[in-house]
Amino acid sequence: MLTVEHLSVRFGSFAAVDDLSFSVSEGQWLMIAGPNGAGKSTILNAVSQGVPYTGAIRFEGRDLRKTDAASRARSIGVLSQNHYVGYAFSVEEVVRLGRYAHRGGLFSTHKAEDEAAVEEALERTGLTALRRQSVLTLSGGELQRTFLAQVFAQSPRLLLLDEPTNHLDLVYQKHIFTLISDWLKTPGRAVVSVVHDLSLARVYGTKTLLLHHGKAAAYGDTGDVMRPQTLNSVYDMDVAAWMRTLLAQWRQETERENYDADTKSP
Amino acid sequence: MKRIGEHFRGWMYAVFALVTLCVFFACVSFGSVGIPLKDTLRVIIDAVRGVPSADALKLARSVIVPVRLPRVLCVALVGASLALAGASMQGLLKNPLADGSTLGVSSGASLGAVIAIAFGITFPKLPFAGTMVMAILFALLSLLIILGLAYRLDCSLSTNTIILIGVIFSMFASSIMSIIITFASDHIKSITFWTMGSLQGASYRNAAVLAATLLVCGTVLLLNARELNAFAVGEDNAREIGVNVRRVRLIVLITVSCLIGVCVSIGGTIGFVGLVTPHMVRMITGPNHKRLLPASMFSGAVFLMLADLVARTLLNPRELPIGVVTSIVGAVVFVCIYYRSRRR
Repeated sequence: MLTVEHLSVRFGSFAAVDDLSFSVSEGQWLMIAGPNGAGKSTILNAVSQGVPYTGAIRFEGRDLRKTDAASRARSIGVLSQNHYVGYAFSVEEVVRLGRYAHRGGLFSTHKAEDEAAVEEALERTGLTALRRQSVLTLSGGELQRTFLAQVFAQSPRLLLLDEPTNHLDLVYQKHIFTLISDWLKTPGRAVVSVVHDLSLARVYGTKTLLLHHGKAAAYGDTGDVMRPQTLNSVYDMDVAAWMRTLLAQWRQETERENYDADTKSP
Repeated sequence: MKRIGEHFRGWMYAVFALVTLCVFFACVSFGSVGIPLKDTLRVIIDAVRGVPSADALKLARSVIVPVRLPRVLCVALVGASLALAGASMQGLLKNPLADGSTLGVSSGASLGAVIAIAFGITFPKLPFAGTMVMAILFALLSLLIILGLAYRLDCSLSTNTIILIGVIFSMFASSIMSIIITFASDHIKSITFWTMGSLQGASYRNAAVLAATLLVCGTVLLLNARELNAFAVGEDNAREIGVNVRRVRLIVLITVSCLIGVCVSIGGTIGFVGLVTPHMVRMITGPNHKRLLPASMFSGAVFLMLADLVARTLLNPRELPIGVVTSIVGAVVFVCIYYRSRRR
């Protein structure tokens, strides 16, 4: 579906992304992981034609450089991590903007198809009840869901997600990732997402691209990439040990709670 | 929860239009010489039909037809144009404080007009086109300079950066203008005209030019209402949903420059109209530009006509520059918006 060959992005003399090649096919969820500054988001920016690059990025065989913004938006949806809306648009108005690329011509009218896509997107993300609410009054999680609904309404076949749950709490994190994996179940779709959280990458990713200083440290099936040795060298620390520490802390606390509960109820 | 603009319906445009019309006739009939509304209507109808008025109405007609009617027409059209320009810029830059006066575009346009007059830049057969074209060019140039500088400093174009650069640019343009006027004072209107604005002595020809500009630019901007909505949500978001960001930005900037340039060349800098009106209209229509733009035009016309009425009746028989009135109201509203946007 998406093929990237020898992609390089330079900012002055600094190579943010250096000669990367990868591909995503239907039904796959590619996770791009790596330490801060490894060039994760830059890859997505290049795919959405936001930064100049060398190399080739093709979507279903077409060179993305040669496509216009609207036709690109009809097949590729982008969800970024931060949103700040300046005015009191309603949830529905923001979601409806997702149909922008589908409505051609100067005097286009609402088509039944647009309506259906907006309704489905609102329903899928559980925003139907909030549709008339101003986006300024939404919580961070609700706002992110609104923009996810906008991307869904766009009816793309490929989703690009830039750390979609970066500043969201665990409840919303789970919610958003469940929504996306449900979306992916329809045939002919694929997802590429940048993630910080390695456990999320592990659970949801079918493929993983592990970046280190703009180069691919490992690329392939998630299970193969997420080996302790690879991770440790990329992050320059014992990742597995740190995860174990975190988990141990949890276990300890649960056990203490159970113990407290036992002793308090004779 | 109820949301602003939810109950806005198409028929409300009729209300806007009706209010505009009422204010228009009221402004034509009130003034240093008060003329009853009934007589005003009679005189206008007579004049439109081209028949002479009754003897009792001769005086009224001599006030209304050559002086007051063209002036109020121009005021209404300038108000509508400035409000439209302000609303569009606020959407494009996602900044509720953007306006010709706060961004320094109006000062830039005035500078262009003053240069054209001082150096005698004219087009053959079109005596006032030189001022107008220079005003438009300088408006566009100022916008490009201000936004260029702002982008360099801070890519997100935050409110503070834009306003600060706008103020500095405004001062710069005004001082150059003062220098030119000092040296060529004999054929340029007073500095007050260019900094505070006035539509005293506006003609029917001015009104026709303003109407034509408003028609063309209004159509262009309304056709880009959806794109402006996307920009108001966020420029990055606009790009992601498939808006041709560069093209739309260029179209809107050129259109806005035309509106401001024409207004400034005819009426000088009348500040804050484009700031106050869309802000108030947004409380009725919500931020959707499909409703905001037309409603802003009507309200801008009403606002400026009322401001003009105050300007010419408050200290009767002396007259205040119209920009004084709009700036007093505008400054208060500016502080309110700024305060609220900073608190969020």
